[in-house]
Amino acid sequence: MAQLQQQHTITVLVENHPGVLARTAGLFARRGFNIESLSVSVTDKPEISRMTIVVGGDHRVLEQITKQLNKLVEVIKVVDYTETAAVEREMALIKVNAEANVRTEIMQIVDIFRGRIIDMSDKTFIIEVTGSTDKLDKITDLLAAYGIRELVRTGVIAMARGAKTANRAGRDVD
Amino acid sequence: MKLSGAEIMLECLRQEQVSHIFGYPGGAVLPIYDAIFDCKDIQHVLVRHEQGAAHMADGFARSTGKVGVCLATSGPGATNLVTGIATAYMDSIPMVAITGQVRTAVIGKDAFQEADITGITMPITKHNFLVKRTEDLAEAIAQAFFLARTGRPGPVLVDIPLDVSRNKIEFNAEKDYPRQVFIPSYKPAGPGARVPELQLKKAAQLIAEAKRPVLYVGGGAVLSDAQQEVTELAERTNILTTTTLLGKGAIDETHPLSIGMLGMHGTAYANHAVNESDLLIAVGARFDDRVTGNPDKFATKAKIIHIDIDPAEIGKVIQPDVPIVGDVKTVLRELLKFVEPRDWTPWNDQIVEWKRTFPLIYPRDGKLYAEYAIEQISEVFGEECIMTTDVGQHQMWAAQYFKSRRPYQWVTSGGLGTMGFGLPAAVGAAFANPDKRVICISGDGSFQMMTQELMTATVYGRNVITVVVNNHSLGMVRQWQEMFYSERYSQVDLQASPNFVQLVEAYGGVGFRATTPAEFDEAIRNAKAVTDRPVVIDCVIPTSEKVYPMIPSGQSIAEMMIRQDLEQLKADVHADGAEWSFSKEEEVLKQYVELVQSGKSGTPQ
Ligand SMILES: Cc1cc2nc3c(=O)[nH]c(=O)nc-3n(C[C@H](O)[C@H](O)[C@H](O)COP(=O)(O)OP(=O)(O)OC[C@H]3O[C@@H](n4cnc5c(N)ncnc54)[C@H](O)[C@@H]3O)c2cc1C
Ligand SMILES: Cc1ncc(C[n+]2csc(CCOP(=O)(O)OP(=O)(O)O)c2C)c(N)n1
Ligand SMILES: [Mg+2]
Repeated sequence: MAQLQQQHTITVLVENHPGVLARTAGLFARRGFNIESLSVSVTDKPEISRMTIVVGGDHRVLEQITKQLNKLVEVIKVVDYTETAAVEREMALIKVNAEANVRTEIMQIVDIFRGRIIDMSDKTFIIEVTGSTDKLDKITDLLAAYGIRELVRTGVIAMARGAKTANRAGRDVD
Repeated sequence: MKLSGAEIMLECLRQEQVSHIFGYPGGAVLPIYDAIFDCKDIQHVLVRHEQGAAHMADGFARSTGKVGVCLATSGPGATNLVTGIATAYMDSIPMVAITGQVRTAVIGKDAFQEADITGITMPITKHNFLVKRTEDLAEAIAQAFFLARTGRPGPVLVDIPLDVSRNKIEFNAEKDYPRQVFIPSYKPAGPGARVPELQLKKAAQLIAEAKRPVLYVGGGAVLSDAQQEVTELAERTNILTTTTLLGKGAIDETHPLSIGMLGMHGTAYANHAVNESDLLIAVGARFDDRVTGNPDKFATKAKIIHIDIDPAEIGKVIQPDVPIVGDVKTVLRELLKFVEPRDWTPWNDQIVEWKRTFPLIYPRDGKLYAEYAIEQISEVFGEECIMTTDVGQHQMWAAQYFKSRRPYQWVTSGGLGTMGFGLPAAVGAAFANPDKRVICISGDGSFQMMTQELMTATVYGRNVITVVVNNHSLGMVRQWQEMFYSERYSQVDLQASPNFVQLVEAYGGVGFRATTPAEFDEAIRNAKAVTDRPVVIDCVIPTSEKVYPMIPSGQSIAEMMIRQDLEQLKADVHADGAEWSFSKEEEVLKQYVELVQSGKSGTPQ
């Protein structure tokens, strides 16, 4: 079955209980779903946490993921952003080799990608950059030429454009 | 009044009308057992192994439709429940498992007998709770029972640390027990929920248009106690009905419209019917791989109506043409408002013809076979008994030859296929149904996995008749080794086994051995006379017997294997003039068809 492996960004609102992350992440492992990235945080309501998960798979896999997630007692809502106009952002911190002779070049790259240099030593920069996954991939590729010492990314977070919300009572995006 | 967490727990169980707890004590549940010491209205059943307790709670649930309850201490007690919980989970059985836990202050510190049982059981429970404060206990227990029995049922575990059950707080069950549970994120479709009319009409239309329809009924119809509705649908439309292993009893299997089990070891006629059908109406069944084989080759000519309470089951294996999410009983009642009567059709005759061509049959050569034993039991104990099974060939023969008449009569581990399930499940069923005879069909392998629960049966004077189908072998595995591994019989020989007759006697029960049909008849007669102790019948059969028909794993009906001696056996039966079971069924069927065609029955006006 040579099905197109698509990436989907979904948001899962969960009751902020201990163990809820294990329960949700465990479901992906157990049912053989692939997590590309996962980010968890609080929301404006302390009793609710918000997970943003990027998963791979065709539409049937996504449908199963959504349904199985909805079966977890602590899952309040699952929103799929695949077909919706949504803003997706990710942040990276990149520690890159930056000897004196290449510093200007690197600073130009950082500028183009609207990143910031937030730490500097005699041999390295730490670059902070925010954007789509694509954008972060590109800058990482470019900086690789100088030697990346360390890289960390937050994973995608997403929000629908316009007035729609993913809140408990809010109108579904999908 | 101030009550300890343990006392509160018992109060909560009372509120849930729990009559039995199957359990085993230990350090972390000492306060609970201290409260049980004074408890007169809920019977605690002391098992011999916690796995037995879980299976008993499960057997209790499967034979009544109520929530079964088991109890174990922390650490090893809790982990011993795991197989039983997983068994219940796979078959969607309502159960509440209560475990003790180490004191909250030492959780996570590798304390004595600490095991992270909520972590361990996360993937095998519908939900679980670690209760950290006595104040939260009642709410957790109320939610546990609510979750276990609503929507798609399943086991729920409540883990109670020692200090939580020891601490005392002000509690008044009448006032403080949550009568209504509200979990905002949990909205199962339940009985009485509205079913979209459009879907019902679409389904009714497919039924009206179909030339070759088949009803495929599963465990969901049993869980929903929907025999009446299933039967009404079948009778009104004259659609022949096959059930899964777990759907047995969703229609009376002696009903002329029942065509037995489908799937790997289902009847050839049910499988042919499904394969040739142009409409498959799946009712509370989940297209398990033991039913579909290769899903790409399963019922390829059929449109599919899928009724299930769990939206995640819709489209999980097969994409239906008309999905209907809801409780079987409710959905069928609504559907029946739109379904027009249908006549007996040539397609039905075709299925009957398959039934005549490929009957379930076994040799009548004077030897004792499992098929004979089970047929006799079905005959002798009939509608009033409950049958449980273990896992293996004997289970499949029981599925084929035991005619289940009603829901909750047939108790078997399908999804997990847990050897050792049969005896404790039978004991649990016996506690729940003191007025019924409980028969466990076991194997010489399976029986040895939970034998100790004979003692529980003896102590409480429970009459459970276990028929050990003794082929001196792990027969089901041996069958696969014979068929698919060039007869290389690796580690399946059980010649070395205890003397089962002496074994049950050592436990205070009664034993019989049967090596011929006549001896078996006598053993059953004798067993029937015993009412206050467990009975074991060692039923010795040839090692080489295999279960037929068989569709090998992941294959399709094209690869179905049937008895090679089928024609010979049919000829023998005719030559003998002996009564061959199908001739009886045929008579019933003929009368039914005449009735239907004369317009007298089957079609309520
Ligand atoms: C050795 C061995 C051999 C086996 N061979 C066979 C075989 O040949 N044939 C066979 O059929 N099985 C066989 N099985 C069993 C098989 O593995 C599955 O357990 C079984 O087929 C599943 O039955 P089911 O589809 O009825 O689903 P169940 O597991 O009973 O699931 C019930 C379904 O109904 C839904 N449901 C629950 N409650 C409701 C409700 N109130 N309303 C609506 N829906 C509801 C659930 O969501 C679920 O989807 C075998 C098992 C073993 C161990
Ligand atoms: C706990 C457990 N272990 C292993 C298996 C694999 N298994 C399935 S059937 C079977 C043989 C069962 O032997 P027996 O109980 O004698 O039944 P028979 O097939 O001989 O009738 C085995 C080992 C299982 N289902 N459950
Ligand atoms: Mg055996």
